[in-house]
This record gives sequence, C-alpha cells and structure tokens, in this order.
Amino acid sequence: MALQDLCNFGDIFQESVGTARNVTASGKRKSCSYASGVALSNSTSLFHFYIPEAGYLDESPIQFGQISTMQSSSGIPFPEMLPIPSSLPESLPFTSSQAVPLPFPMAHGTTTLAFMFQGGVLAAADTRSSCSGLVACPASQKILPIHSHLVGTTSGTSADCALWKRILSRELRLYQLRYGRRLSTRGAAKLLSHMLHPFKGTELYCGCPCFSGPSLFYVCSDGTRLEGSLFSVGSGSPYAYSILDQGVRWGLTVEEATSIAREAVYRATHRDAYSGNFVDVYHVTSKGWTRRTHETHMPRFGLHPKYNIQYVAESTHC
Amino acid sequence: MEYLIGIQGPDYVLVAADNVAASSIIQMKHDYDKMFKLSEKILLLCVGEAGDTVQFAEYIQKNVQLYKMRNGYELSPSAAANFTRKNLADYLRSRTPYHVNLLLAGHDESDGPGLFYMDYMASLAKAPFAAHGYGAFLTLSILDRYYRPDLSRVEAVELLRKCVEELNKRFILNLPSFSVRLIDKDGIHDMEKITLTAK
Repeated sequence: MALQDLCNFGDIFQESVGTARNVTASGKRKSCSYASGVALSNSTSLFHFYIPEAGYLDESPIQFGQISTMQSSSGIPFPEMLPIPSSLPESLPFTSSQAVPLPFPMAHGTTTLAFMFQGGVLAAADTRSSCSGLVACPASQKILPIHSHLVGTTSGTSADCALWKRILSRELRLYQLRYGRRLSTRGAAKLLSHMLHPFKGTELYCGCPCFSGPSLFYVCSDGTRLEGSLFSVGSGSPYAYSILDQGVRWGLTVEEATSIAREAVYRATHRDAYSGNFVDVYHVTSKGWTRRTHETHMPRFGLHPKYNIQYVAESTHC
Repeated sequence: MEYLIGIQGPDYVLVAADNVAASSIIQMKHDYDKMFKLSEKILLLCVGEAGDTVQFAEYIQKNVQLYKMRNGYELSPSAAANFTRKNLADYLRSRTPYHVNLLLAGHDESDGPGLFYMDYMASLAKAPFAAHGYGAFLTLSILDRYYRPDLSRVEAVELLRKCVEELNKRFILNLPSFSVRLIDKDGIHDMEKITLTAK
C-alpha cells in the first residue's frame, strides 16, 4: 500500500524485526521522523530533532508510546491527559507490549464539533495549538478540507493530523482516478480507520469528524468509527456537548446553526484551558464547503469581550 | 461499560446488547448496534476495546461469508464459534491481540440453538445463558434463579426485562436502551428495543 512507500513500513511490520535502528540500517533514504526517530539525529546538523530517551530506541514504532490500559468505552472517568491512570476497576489484561511512558505528554487540547442539520453539515473548531502548557499557535487550522465536498476536523497531535489529512486526500484522489467516481464519506471514513489501525495505541490522532454531503463520521486512532449527526471531540468536548444538546435541531437555519456552533466552542474555550482564541466555522453543502468569517465577539488572546479589539477578519473563500 | 446477554431456549436463542457507544465519559452514540450478522442464522455480539471490536467482528463476518461463497453452504454456529476462538487464540500471543468479549448465538438445523461465550483470552464455552460486562455481575444470579431449559419466548423476554430492570436500578452507569434479537429456525428476528425511563 502507499503507506509502505511513505515510511518504509515494509520493514517495520515484519514480525521478526522492528527496531528503529534496523530501518536506518536498511534504507538510505531519509524516512519520515516518525518511523525512525533516531535516524535523523545522525544526519547533518541542519536538522535538530528531539531525541527520545534511550529506552525508546529499541522499541518498534508500533510499541512506541503504546498505552497498556485499554481504551474501552468505559463510563468510569479517567483523565484525558496521559500518563496511565493508576486505578482501574477491572483487572488489566496482558498486552503485547509493556507500558512505555511517552517521552512528553501529548495533549488533545482542542474543541472541535460538527453536526448535521437541514442546511447541510456545520463544523466548528477553536484555533489554539497548545504544547503542554504553552500556546504554540493561537491561529492554527483545525478544520482541513480534504476535497471540495469533504472536510475533516482534527484533534490530537497537529503534525499527525496534517499528515493523515494529506494521506487521506491522496488516497481519495487516487480512488477517484482509478474508479471514476468519488469515494463516499462512509468509504473515506472506513479507509481512514483501516489506515490508522496499525498505529493503534500510539495516541496518534484522535477524532476526525469528516463529512461530505449529508453524512458525518467520527474516526479515532483507537479504531472507533461511528456514524452520527452530532459529534464533538477534544478536551473541551464535554462543555460543547452540553451546549449543543440543548439547541441543535434538524430545522435550524444556517445563521442559527452557525451561532450555536460558535457559542458551543466559545463556552468550551471559556472553561477549557487548552482551547481558545478564534473559532473556525465551516459549512458543507452539496455545492461544497465554505468558511465563515471570524466574528469579532470572539476575543483575541483571551481579552474580555468588553475590550473588543477589532482585528481584520479572514475573508470567506470557497 | 457495555453489556451483552444471551438466553437459550428449547428452539431459539434470545440475545440483547446495550446501545451506547462511549468514549471516556461521553456517550457518543445512543443507538449503536453491537450485533454483527455472520450468516442467516448466526449473530455475533461483540464488546471490548474501541477499534478492536469492529475490526475483529468484521473480519470474522467476512470470513464466514467467504466460506459460504467458496463451499456453497454456511458454517454451523459451533464451527463459526470455534473459528472465531481460533482467531482470537492466534492473535493472543502476537503483538496485537484483540481485546474483545463475544457472544455468538445461532441456530443449527441438526444441533438446534446454541449460545457460545467467548472472551478475550480465547476461551469458549457453550452455555444456556451468558452475559458480558459489569452488568453481568448483577444479572447472572437472576438468570441462575429463574432460568429453565424449557422457557417459552415470552418468558425469556420477561427474564431479559428483569435483568435490564435490575441494571437500571443498581448499575451506576446509564444504559437507556437495549436492542433485542431472537434467532430460531426461521432466521434472525428483530424484536422491540427495551428502553427504560429514568428510575
């Protein structure tokens, strides 16, 4: 599959071998840093990459950061953030890899949401990129168009999300060229879910409501794939859910739907430290997706609304 | 946490599963179907780790259908259960074991109805009644007390309802609705969903 070309996975996925060192030894090409975190550290000093602790160098990428707890659909709350919760009511099964703690805590600091209504599908997300306590970027794009009628929202590691969005776009385009028709949303969700399956357990990329036309799917790196009409993902999602559950109906107008989406994200950003800054709203119909303008009631850099500093809004473009 | 239950009667098997698809503390879907139709008279109920359930169940489903295409006749429930168990066992000591708990229910022309209990450790047991999940702790004794091998269908549904009401009363999690299906010699029949109002 195309993935194998991307990151030299043909070597990694064999049962007998699997260390990052083997990958670097076998291939001369500078594969992506995900597959061989070590490789580039030996390259010229043009690239300075984070070098994980020595314990990780012998782990195969599949086991890297694999959490030993099962991500079951348990109602028992456990913290969104890592590391592994210490008390689980159920005795843990043995897993194939021992619990290797991640080298740095990966955050899913985001609020994204999407819902269907009579006027199509609406997606909204905040724009804050956080990196364990620091706002890395206050104006990042969390809603990525995959093609003219399919948009995906992302939460989780930004780099992984961007990568998978590009892989998905490429695979959908290839499908279109090979078979002469566009792959349905259901098919795209299934494709993404199966592509992510080998990376299960690596906290890769959590939640991608992708939708085109009138359907909405939630895909998660742990393998969940659900079809529905309202989803919200990220650390701010419980707050957003409570606002959406009160107001979302099928018969909303586009304006009402936009305002409730904005309200939900805004309330979530108010309560969740890892969500904030602007709100991106995308509206998908049978004619394609449109991006709504930023409204200035959303304060920039966390200023109170009454200060209401006006900044140049992004323009709408199709 | 998820819940599955199966009750075998003299010529039928009654199975039910909750309809909640949850992620951490949030219910993402209220109408999620956890039953997979393997063939005209076999159902696989699958709960467990998030992605593993669908991946494994679909894998078994497609393989059972492939068997039918290749050989012209369907696998019996017992054969399907053993095939499923074998797959679980093969993956158990690999790097990617499937953490799924299963109930396989089916009706065979010669053997009659069968309910098979499988868990993530690849154990297999044919049982007259079975349950998975935390709810099983609360409902197995009800099944022990009231189960008889010659239950009628109405009585079996009543027994199922007793179990569900007990969950509603004592289980801390909210499982508002359950899909119910019945398998007999005529195939799989969808029955009315059991929905509970707040206690």
